[in-house]
Amino acid sequence: MIAEIGHYALVLALALALIQSTVPILGARLRDGALMNVARSTALAQLLFVALSFAALVMLHVTSDFSVVNVFENSHSLKPLIYKITGVWGNHEGSMLLWVSILALFGGLVAAFGNNLPISLRAHVLAVQAWIASAFYLFILMTSNPFLRIADPPIEGRDLNPVLQDIGLAVHPPMLYLGYVGFSISFSFAIAALIEGRIDAAWARWVRPWTLVAWIFLTLGIAMGSYWAYYELGWGGWWFWDPVENASLMPWLAGTALLHSALVMEKRNALKVWTILLSILTFSLSLLGTFLVRSGVLTSVHAFATDPTRGVFILLILCIFIGGGLTLYAWRASALKQGGLFAPISREGALVLNNLFLTTACATVFIGTLYPLALEVVTGDKISVGAPFFNLTFAPLFVPLMIAVPFGPMLAWKRGDLVAAAQRLLAAGVSALVAIAVLWAWTGGGSTLAPLAIGLAVFVIAGALSDLAERTGAFRTPLAVAARRARGLPRSTWGSAFAHAGVGVALIGIVCETTWNSEHIATMRPDDMAKVAGYDLRLDGLTQAQGPNFREMVAQFTVTLDGRHLAVMTPSKRNFTTRGSSTTEAALLTRGASQLYISLGELTGDGAIAVRIYHKPLVLLIWFGPVLMAFGGLLSLSDRRLRVGAPKPAKAMRGLQAAE
Amino acid sequence: MTRKQRRLTIIGGSLGILALAAGLVLNAMRDSIVFFSTPTMVAEKHVLPGRRFRLGGLVQPGTLKRGDNLAVTFEVADGGAKLPVAYTGLLPDLFREGQGVVAEGALDATGVFRADTVLAKHDETYMPKDVADALKKQGHWKDDYGAKANGSAAQTAQGTPQGVKQ
Repeated sequence: MIAEIGHYALVLALALALIQSTVPILGARLRDGALMNVARSTALAQLLFVALSFAALVMLHVTSDFSVVNVFENSHSLKPLIYKITGVWGNHEGSMLLWVSILALFGGLVAAFGNNLPISLRAHVLAVQAWIASAFYLFILMTSNPFLRIADPPIEGRDLNPVLQDIGLAVHPPMLYLGYVGFSISFSFAIAALIEGRIDAAWARWVRPWTLVAWIFLTLGIAMGSYWAYYELGWGGWWFWDPVENASLMPWLAGTALLHSALVMEKRNALKVWTILLSILTFSLSLLGTFLVRSGVLTSVHAFATDPTRGVFILLILCIFIGGGLTLYAWRASALKQGGLFAPISREGALVLNNLFLTTACATVFIGTLYPLALEVVTGDKISVGAPFFNLTFAPLFVPLMIAVPFGPMLAWKRGDLVAAAQRLLAAGVSALVAIAVLWAWTGGGSTLAPLAIGLAVFVIAGALSDLAERTGAFRTPLAVAARRARGLPRSTWGSAFAHAGVGVALIGIVCETTWNSEHIATMRPDDMAKVAGYDLRLDGLTQAQGPNFREMVAQFTVTLDGRHLAVMTPSKRNFTTRGSSTTEAALLTRGASQLYISLGELTGDGAIAVRIYHKPLVLLIWFGPVLMAFGGLLSLSDRRLRVGAPKPAKAMRGLQAAE
Repeated sequence: MTRKQRRLTIIGGSLGILALAAGLVLNAMRDSIVFFSTPTMVAEKHVLPGRRFRLGGLVQPGTLKRGDNLAVTFEVADGGAKLPVAYTGLLPDLFREGQGVVAEGALDATGVFRADTVLAKHDETYMPKDVADALKKQGHWKDDYGAKANGSAAQTAQGTPQGVKQ
């Protein structure tokens, strides 16, 4: 019964989405307010029905109703409750349902909080949202229905892929989807602007908070996924340049560029055409990501689906939306008026440079990800493009970008003074040079690149701090005055400082982990000792334990540093009986921002066990950086200007008329 | 600065960056891409020692030997040819005899494939796509395997992500 309700609710949501796709557009053509307002109620009703459908699937998983194929294939009655719930989106059908639920959520939010949007813009935005929604509802109902029944229900399910039975699954996909799908709003705004043929600074103010929300979630989602892979896959890697990871990185890069170009548009009314294009591209890359992950075209460590009909369907959706969006852009973009002159050396110029580097970096990732697929289709040759390719292309592009980052906020709008900015960054530059020199001396000239890269990171962090110091007048004025100014600074200034510093922090983590990471692989017997990075690890023994739906072999290690007892670490190897597969549960010991990492291999015949021990210096900074970036985004989001004053209809009307 | 000059500056800058990126991509393409081969393809093409590639196939049952210090040797077969592989390190959880495997490395002078990475991306119903395609092409696709993969309601075969890097 619950499955049928869920299925029916989804069909109703499709019907509502079809109404929402057409009626508001018609209303806008006829300038009929009532018809345009249909968008609002249908968007909210659609959210209700999708939520109902999603709740039904959760319910089925929680109650372990194995008469439903999706539950049978991905659940097990002995699975802990949390994994029964997260297992809902740990499979293709469920994750697509989560995708559309989040899409409906964003549509509902625009409907609920978009009262200050011009009514025709809101109608168009929601209609475009509904086009996307209709396509994906159709996709789910026709190729990936999660509510299908089995004729004679089995007693027990096949269990969820053990690697996914982890708290990471509870957080990572929803976050990532909030990011991916959140960019649909800026896409819809862009298409709506193209349909209406007008766009202005007020438009950018409406779009920016939505883009920022999506960006924050995508940042956290990627970081979370990376940390998950790090501790779950058992070999200590945190980024594999795997196509699926690239699929999430590309919208992030484009989205970051979009955030910055929307800023130029909002403040200076320039870069309109480019911002629109970026909005379209960002969501196109999100769709591409969905396609790559969901169609199973990839041989990838994340491969979930292997059904070609789905691939073709998503490819079709992809072509329609990307092709349609770009065609509309080509046709209408010239109608948008250019505005806001600026000199190349200016805040705008710096942001353009940021955009150029980010989009170019994005393009290299795009090539590295899709070239093997294209080559296989055309010539049949199979190649793999791995980390070396990306290190050789992506990294060199990021170096000049990072050098430019601290200069941006120091330059004035319209016409900046590079020399003055450089003078203000003197302290940051000096601290970077000191950091390089100290590291160079300390590591005894081992690696040349690492101290330089850390110096660059220090420059970015110190640059962000100098910007704050400049604006508050710290070190020049009395502390009380500086504190008052600090309180008076717009939150977005704090936000960008935090976000930029976060990039530097992440870079330090990346460089330290990759350069000074030490590894020890050996077969160990009980009472054997291992020494890694100054830590002494003793294997105390191996024990067997029984979990809810797995058996595990737990190894116990005692960690000592200079004879002082530090901790006990218990890595394990789990064997999931239902699927006959096993997972490696690594044990982590956090020391400051560094970690000790132990994972187990297989038992050898004579009672010894293969063990892999890593010491990863400052590895936690890799994820702390993105958290800092997201926090900066959050600060920026709470800026008054995005809530108060910005979307006033009166002002908007003036803006719109001026643009015509 | 006039609008025209500004535009020229921006266009010039973007072309410069694009050229840089194109240069980087082409350079990286030349050095860092890795081709995929099966033992049969290796035998036919006479791959030079030292040239990196990915080797895919089935782990020949009965050939897995463990030495000291985590050294392992096994043979990868695709029905047509066999190739001995040497590897040191931990094998992925799902590495088993008779199952699909992808290893990355290069041939040494004696014709042994020295792998530095071994990937096993499969569970009991799924084998690496490259391997499956290659086996199908050569007509060595096991029927029972295909039947299992497409069997009953189990349409989604989920590959358990596993990787081992030295």
